[in-house]
Amino acid sequence: MRNKMPLAGLLAASLLFGMGSAQAETLRLLTWGGYAPDNVIAKFKEKYPDIDVEVTLSNNEEMIAKLRATGGAGFDLAQPSHDRIYAPQLEYNIYKPLDLSKIDTSVMEPKLLEGVRANTTIDGEVYAVPHQWGTSGLMADKSKAPDFKSWGDLCDPKYKGKTSMRLKRTILLGTAFAMGDDPFAAYADLGKYQGILDKVVDKLIACKDVIKAYWKGGDDLSAMMLSGEIVASETWDSTAYKLYGENPNIVFVPPSTGALAWIDTFVIPRKGEADDAAYKWINFVLQPEISKLMSESTGAIVAVKGGKDLLPDALKAAVNAAFTDADIDNLKFFANIPPGVEDMEGKALEKIQAATGG
Amino acid sequence: MVNQERRLLPGAGSVMKHRDARRLSLILLFMPLALWIVLLILLPHIGMGILSLREKIGPRQYEFGLANYIAFFQEPIYWHIMARTAVISLLVTVLALIVGFPVSYYIAKIAGPRTRGAMFMFCLIPLWVSDLIRAFGWILLLRETGVISGILQWTGLASAPVELLYNDAAVVVGLVYTVMLFMIVPLTSTLDGMDDAMIEAGYNLGGNGLTVLRRIIIPYAMPGIVSGSIIVFMLTAGSYLTPVLLGGKYSSWFTQTIYDQFITRYNWESGAAFGFLLLFFTSFVVWIGLKLSGQSLSSTVARS
Amino acid sequence: MTTPTAPDLKCSGVCKNFGPVQAVADISFEIPSGTFFSILGPSGCGKTTLMRMIAGFEEPSAGDIFIKGRSVLNVPPNRRNVKMVFQHLALFPMMNVFENIAYGLRCIGTDRDEIARKVQDVLNRVALPDVGEREIHQLSGGQKQRIAIARCMVLDPDVLLLDEPLGALDLKLREAMKIELKLLQNQFDTTFVYITHDQSEALVMSDRVAVMNDGRFEQIGTPQELYHRPQTAFVAGFVGDSNRWSGKVTGTRGAEVTLETEGGTVVRSRPGDGTKVATGDAVELFVRPEFIELVHRTPRQKRTGLSGKVDNLLFNGANSRALVRLATGDLVEVDVTLTGGTDDVKPGEEVSLSWSTKNAVCFPARAAS
Repeated sequence: MRNKMPLAGLLAASLLFGMGSAQAETLRLLTWGGYAPDNVIAKFKEKYPDIDVEVTLSNNEEMIAKLRATGGAGFDLAQPSHDRIYAPQLEYNIYKPLDLSKIDTSVMEPKLLEGVRANTTIDGEVYAVPHQWGTSGLMADKSKAPDFKSWGDLCDPKYKGKTSMRLKRTILLGTAFAMGDDPFAAYADLGKYQGILDKVVDKLIACKDVIKAYWKGGDDLSAMMLSGEIVASETWDSTAYKLYGENPNIVFVPPSTGALAWIDTFVIPRKGEADDAAYKWINFVLQPEISKLMSESTGAIVAVKGGKDLLPDALKAAVNAAFTDADIDNLKFFANIPPGVEDMEGKALEKIQAATGG
Repeated sequence: MVNQERRLLPGAGSVMKHRDARRLSLILLFMPLALWIVLLILLPHIGMGILSLREKIGPRQYEFGLANYIAFFQEPIYWHIMARTAVISLLVTVLALIVGFPVSYYIAKIAGPRTRGAMFMFCLIPLWVSDLIRAFGWILLLRETGVISGILQWTGLASAPVELLYNDAAVVVGLVYTVMLFMIVPLTSTLDGMDDAMIEAGYNLGGNGLTVLRRIIIPYAMPGIVSGSIIVFMLTAGSYLTPVLLGGKYSSWFTQTIYDQFITRYNWESGAAFGFLLLFFTSFVVWIGLKLSGQSLSSTVARS
Repeated sequence: MTTPTAPDLKCSGVCKNFGPVQAVADISFEIPSGTFFSILGPSGCGKTTLMRMIAGFEEPSAGDIFIKGRSVLNVPPNRRNVKMVFQHLALFPMMNVFENIAYGLRCIGTDRDEIARKVQDVLNRVALPDVGEREIHQLSGGQKQRIAIARCMVLDPDVLLLDEPLGALDLKLREAMKIELKLLQNQFDTTFVYITHDQSEALVMSDRVAVMNDGRFEQIGTPQELYHRPQTAFVAGFVGDSNRWSGKVTGTRGAEVTLETEGGTVVRSRPGDGTKVATGDAVELFVRPEFIELVHRTPRQKRTGLSGKVDNLLFNGANSRALVRLATGDLVEVDVTLTGGTDDVKPGEEVSLSWSTKNAVCFPARAAS
C-alpha cells in the first residue's frame, strides 16, 4: 500500500517527461538487439548533435503488437521483417508511406530493394526499404552429425534427444519445404495451405519425441549447442556464426531445400514524430563504414551493394564455410504473410505445443 | 446541522471555509489511491473486457459477440492447458506451504530477533534479481551439463549426465523458489500473533506434538495459510517466464497461450478473452478453497 | 490407585539454573490433597519457573518432583496429570467452548457420548450450562476464566496450576473471581496451586501460602500465620501493609527489646518468631497500620504514646489512612475510621500514637536483599 503514492507520482512525472521530450528532436527507434550498437549511435550523434536516439529492443511480433496498441505512435522508426508489413498495415494501419526521395536508394542492393518494394506496396505507396538480411536454417556439429542437411533431419530418430528447434512459424515453413511442399506458393489458396499445415503439425508432433527441448532465444540455444547437449538445431544464421567462432566444428547448414531468408526493413510508424531524423538515420547507417560496424554487431549482411564484403573477417569465414553460391541461389525469401495466415499458423503451433506425444 | 449553521451567522463563513479546506485535503490525500485504482486497474480491465467481446469478421471489421469465449470451450487444447496450469499451480501452492510452514514457524516462534531478520532476508533474496536471471540461474544448475548433474557424476551417484531441466519438475521447483516469500510472510505474521501459551496449553491438556500441530497450530494459522495460498496460487497461475524457460517440450502454461494469442497470432480479442477466463478460473479455484477451508476473503488476505 | 498418604504434589530440593542465574534455589514442599496452595512472590522471584517445572515445560537442574507420590521427572508435559490455567488463559480461539473443553478428552481418546456427557457436566459445575456452542470471543472475562478452569477440570487432574489468571481482569471482577475460585476449588475438591504476586489474592483464597523471594521459599503457612507471625523481614514487609523502620537495639528485657529508629524514635518491640537479637544489632521494625491506636491529644492529657502531628489524610472509605509525622521526623501510617462526624482527625491536629508491644515485630537487618 505504502508505495502507491510514489508510484502515482512517478507515473505523472513520466507522463510530463514524455511530453517534454517529444518536443525536442529525439529519434525513438524500435528495433532488434544489436541493430543500434553504441558505436554507431555515437557516430550518429557526432554528425547530428541535436538528435537524441532512444532505442527500444524488440522482435517482429512485439514490434507490431506495440505499434498496434498505440495506433502507430510512440516510435519514429521501426525495423520489422519484410513479410510483416503488408498484412499488419492492411489490418491495423500502423505505418506511414515512405518518401523515397529522402532515401539514398542508389546504395542499396537492387535485388533486395525491389523485393521489399514489391512486397510492401499498397495503393501505389511504398512502406519499407531493406536494411539487413540473413537466413534461418540449421546448424550442426560436424564432428557429431556430419551428414546433417535437411529440416527433416531434426526429427531423425538417430539424433533422439540431441536436436532442438524453435516453436515458431519458421519451423512450420521449413518442415513444409522438407516434405516437398511450397508453402509460400500456397499462401494464395488458404485451403491448400491448411492442408499443408495439417501434415506439418502431424510430422512435428511425432518429432517431439526426438527433440530435446524447444529453444526460446539465442542464449539457451547457444548454451545447449556449445555444451554438446544437442548436436544439431534449427537456428538463425548469426547465432551459428557466433558459435563457429568458438567451436569451428559448429557450422551453419543451409537446408537442402534452401535456407529461409529474411530482410529486416525500415518503416516509419504512422504517428511517428521525427520523420526527418528517421530518414537521416536510414541514410546514415547505409554508409559503407557504418554498415561494417553494423554487421559486426548483428552478424547479418547489410542490404547495400557488395554487402557481403563489408562483413568482418571472422564472419566472412563463417559465411563462406556455410554457403556455396548454389546455396545462395537456393535461398527462399519469406513471402508476404496474407491476413489470416498468422492465425492458422498460431493454431498449428498451439497444437504442437499442447500435444503430449506418445 | 444546516439550521445550526445558519443561526451562527458571523462564524458560519469561516466554519464552512475550514470545512471545505479539510474536505479538499481529504480528497487530495485519496487522489493517488483513486488514480491508481482507476488508471492502472479499472480502465485496463474495462478496455480488455470490451476487446474480449469483439468478434473479428474481416480486416478492420469487428462485431460484438461472445465468439472468443466460445472458441475457448470448443477447443480442447485450451482447457487442457488451463487445467494443467491449475493442477501444477495447486501443486506449487501445496509444496510452498509444506516447505514454508516450518520456516515460518521457526521465524515466528523459535528464532531470536537477529536470526529472524536474517531468515527474512534469505527469503527475499530470490526477489532481488529479475525473473529472467532467476530462471537462468536454475538453468545453470539443472541442465544436463549443469552443476547438479556434475556433482551427481563426481560423487558417483550418476554414471552419465542427468537432464533435470525442461520438464514439469523443473518448473515446479523454480516456481516454489520464486513464490516462497509470499507464503512465508502471511504465515509468519499469523503465527507471530499466536500466544506461545496456546501451544503449551495444547500439550498440557494431553495433546502430543501431532495433535497440537493438527488441532491447534494449523487451525490457528488457517487465515495465514489461506491468504498465503491464495497469493501463491494467483502468482503461480499468472507467471510467465519461469514456466516458459524451465518447461520442456511437453510443458505448456496458460499465460503462454495468452501471450501467443496476443503476439504471435495478432489475435488480441481472443487473448483478452483468455485473460479474463484465466482470471475467472483462478478466482473460482480460490473461491472453492475458501469454501473448503471455511474462511472468507476478508478474514484472510485483509488480515495479514 | 494411589495411597491415601501420598501428597498430591511434592517437591524436594528443586533447583533451576539459567546459565549463571539461579531462578529457583533448593525448594522443597508438600501439598496435601485438596489444598488451595498459593505461591506468593514479587515478579522475577522464580515462581513461574517453579510452576513450569511442575507442568513439565522446564526441566529442573536438580531435585525431584512427585505427583501422587510418583516422580514425574521423565514424564513429558502431555503425560502429566497436572493441568494449568495460563495467565492469559490460552483458550483456543478457533474452537467453540464445547470444543475447547472436549480437546483434552479427545486427546486421551474418550468416546463421543462420554465427551458430550463430561463436557456438559463440567459446564454445569462452573454454572455455565448453556454456553457450549458459543465462540470464545463471545464470552465475558469471568466466563472465559471459568471455561479455562472447566477445560482443565474435565480431565480430573491431580493438581491444577493457576498462573495469575486474574491479572487481566478489572478490579471489581477480580474481587468477585477470588471468591468464585475458592468456591470452585471447594466444589472440585482438587489441589489448586495458585501463583500470584498479589498478596490479597493469596490471603483471601488460600489454605496455605508459600512466600517466595529470590528463588527460595521464605515461609510456608496459613494466611493468618504469615500475617500475624511472619518469620522473616521479607514476609513481614511483603504480606499485608506495614510501617517499616530501620533501627538499632538499645536494650533487651526478657522477650522485649527496646530499639531506636534511625530518626531517633524509641520503641519497644518483640523479635520475630525464631529470631534472636542482641543489644547493638541493626534491626528492622514492622508495625501494621491497623494495630496503631490514634488519640487526639488535649494539652492536659498525659500519655505514654508517641506524639506527632497529622500530616495528611488519605480517604478511602473503610480503609482510610492518616499520615502522622512524629516529633522525631519519622512518618507513620495509621488506619483511622472516618465517620464524617466532628471528632474525625483533621490534618494539622496534634495526636498521640500507641500500640501493643506484641504487634511491633523486629528482625535482624539482612546485609543483602
